[in-house]
Amino acid sequence: MVSMVLFGIFVASAGADPFEVYQTMYRAAFGTSFSWQNTLIRAAPLMLTALCTALPGYLGLIIIGGEGAVVMGGLFAAIAALTMPTAPPMVVLTTMALVGMVGGGLWLTIGGALRHYRAVNETISSLLLNYIAIAVLNHLVTSTFRDPESLNHPSTHHIGEANMIGAIPGTDLHWGLVFGVVACIIAWFLMHHTVFGFASQVAGGNVRAAQIAGLPVGRLILIICFVAGAAGGLAGMVEVAAIHGRANDTLNANYGYAGILVAFVARNNPLAIIPVAILLGGIRASSGLLQRAHELPDATVLVMQGIIFLVILFSETLYGRFSKLQKQGA
Amino acid sequence: MEIGWWGVLIAVLGGAIRIGTPFLFVSLGECLTEKSGRINLGLEGTLVMGAMTGYAVSLHSGSPWLGVLCAGLAGMVLGALHSWLCSFKRVNDIAVGIAMMLFGTGLAFFLGKPYIQPSAPRLPSIDLGAWSDIPQLKAALQINALFLMGIVVAIALAWMLKNTAWGLKVRVVGESADAARALGLPVDRIRILSTAQGGFLAGIGGSYLSLYYPFNWSEGLSSGQGLMAVALVIFARWHPVGCLWVSLLWGGAAALGPSLQSVGITGGYYIFNAIPYIMTLAVMIITCSPKRTLVGVPHELTVTR
Repeated sequence: MVSMVLFGIFVASAGADPFEVYQTMYRAAFGTSFSWQNTLIRAAPLMLTALCTALPGYLGLIIIGGEGAVVMGGLFAAIAALTMPTAPPMVVLTTMALVGMVGGGLWLTIGGALRHYRAVNETISSLLLNYIAIAVLNHLVTSTFRDPESLNHPSTHHIGEANMIGAIPGTDLHWGLVFGVVACIIAWFLMHHTVFGFASQVAGGNVRAAQIAGLPVGRLILIICFVAGAAGGLAGMVEVAAIHGRANDTLNANYGYAGILVAFVARNNPLAIIPVAILLGGIRASSGLLQRAHELPDATVLVMQGIIFLVILFSETLYGRFSKLQKQGA
Repeated sequence: MEIGWWGVLIAVLGGAIRIGTPFLFVSLGECLTEKSGRINLGLEGTLVMGAMTGYAVSLHSGSPWLGVLCAGLAGMVLGALHSWLCSFKRVNDIAVGIAMMLFGTGLAFFLGKPYIQPSAPRLPSIDLGAWSDIPQLKAALQINALFLMGIVVAIALAWMLKNTAWGLKVRVVGESADAARALGLPVDRIRILSTAQGGFLAGIGGSYLSLYYPFNWSEGLSSGQGLMAVALVIFARWHPVGCLWVSLLWGGAAALGPSLQSVGITGGYYIFNAIPYIMTLAVMIITCSPKRTLVGVPHELTVTR
C-alpha cells in the first residue's frame, strides 16, 4: 500500500493522473479474459524464477542467479531438441525439460559450491554467473549452433512446430503455467512436509546447531541450489518450447531479476509465490498499455518494482518493532 | 606503418586506461563504503543513474563538467538512501543493494528515455601522445582528465583513511561497530556519510561512461561494472591505490577482445567480452577461503558475521 502511494506520487510528478494509471494497469492486467491470459503467461516463468531465490532463502542464502539459470536451461533444452530431430514430440519435450533442468541446476550449483567450499559470497558469484551465462549463450548462438537463416538476430535452429508445447484447450495459455504452479506446490511440500525440508530450515536458522545435530549442511546447500536452478532451467525450457521455439538472446528477458522480487514479497514461501507472481505478471503485462495510454516509458514498471522492493525491505524492520511491542505488552 | 601485434598491446594499454576509469571510480566508492562496514551492491544502479544524470545535465547546460558534478550528486543521494535504509534493524544491506540496483536502473531508464537520441557535449581529453607519430599510440594516449583526477582521489583517499581522524573513525566503524559505539562514535551517521561519498564517486564513474567513453546514453551502458567493483575491492585488499592497479587490469582485460579483433581474430567475441566477469569470479574463488580472513578486510564484513 505504501508503495502504491509512493508510486502514485511518482507517476503524478511525471505528469500523469495516478488514479487513471492504476485503472489502466488494472484493465491491462485483469480487466478482460485476454489480459488475464497475458498476465498468466508472464506469471508462469516468474513462479519458477522466484523459486530460484526462495529455496536457497530457506538456508539463508541470497541467490540472484535466476537469470543465468533461465538462460542456461533454455540453451540446453534447445540444443537437446536439435540433437534428436526424428524422435517423437513427447520424448523430445521430456528430454528438453530434463536437460533444461539439469543445465539450470548445475549452473546455480556452481554458486552454491563456491559458497560452501571457498566461502565466496553467493550473491555476487550468482550475479556474475548471470553475465557469463549470457555470454555463453551469445557465443553459441552466433557460432556453433547458429541458424544461417537468422540474419539480424542470431538464434539456434527452430526446434520444429511439432515439438512446441501447445496451449491449454480453450485458451491461449500454454502449459508452462501449470509447470509453474505444480513446481511451487512441490517446493512447498518439499520444504514444509519432508525431513529434507526440515533439515534445511534448521540449517538456515542456525548453521552451528545443524552441524552439531549431524546434518550435512554442505550437501544441503548443493542440493537446494540444484533444485532451485532446476526450476529456473525449467522456466528457460518453457520459454524456448512454448514461446520462441529457438534459443536466442530473448531468453534474457529479466524474468530472473523480477523473480527475486517475487520471492522477497512472498517471503520465500512457495505457496505465496503463486499469487505474487500473478500480481507482478499483471504489472508487467500492463507496461505496454501504460506506454500507449499515458505516454509513460516502459521503464515505469521497473521503477515500480524498485519501489515495491524497497518498501518490502523497509517493512521488515517494522515487523520487528511490532513484535517487540507485543512482547512488552504481554 | 604496420605495427601488427604491437598494436594489440598498445590497444590493450590504452583500453586499460579508457575502460578502466569507471572501474576506478566505482571501486574507490565501494572501497570507502566497505571500509565503513557496508556493502553497496546498489552502486550498479548508481552508475547508470550517474551516467543518465551526467548526460542530461551536460546536454541542457552545455557544460560536461557540470554534468559530472550533478552525476556525483545524484549518486550521493542514492548512496545516502541505501545507507539510510540499511541503518534500520533487520535490514540486509545486500538485499537493499539489489533493490537499489533495480530502482536506480529503472529510474535512470525512465528519466533517460528522451536522451537516447541527442548528443551532449563530450568531456575533453588530454593528448599525451602528441610526441609520437604512430596513430594507434596517439589514440591510446588520449587520456581523459577524469582518469588523472581518479589517481589523485585514490591517493588522497588512501592518505585520508590512514592519517586523518575522519579516516580513523571510518575504519573503527568498519572494524567493529560495538567498539565504535563504546567510543561514543555515531556509527550510523559515519556509515551514511561514507556510503554517500562512495555513491558520489560511483556517480562520477557513471558520468564518465556517458560523457567520454563509450560516449552515449543507452540502457545497456553499465553491464555489471558496479557489481564487479565489489570483487575489485577484495582483489585490491581494501586499499584505494590497489583499486587503481586493479581497475587498470580490468580495463585491459575488457579491451583484449576488441583489440584482438583489430588484428583479425574475430572468433569468440562474446567470450572475450565475458573475460572481466570470469576474471572477477576467478579472483573471488582464489582469494576467498572459509578458513582464513584476508589482510585488510574490515571485520564487520567477514562471513561469520
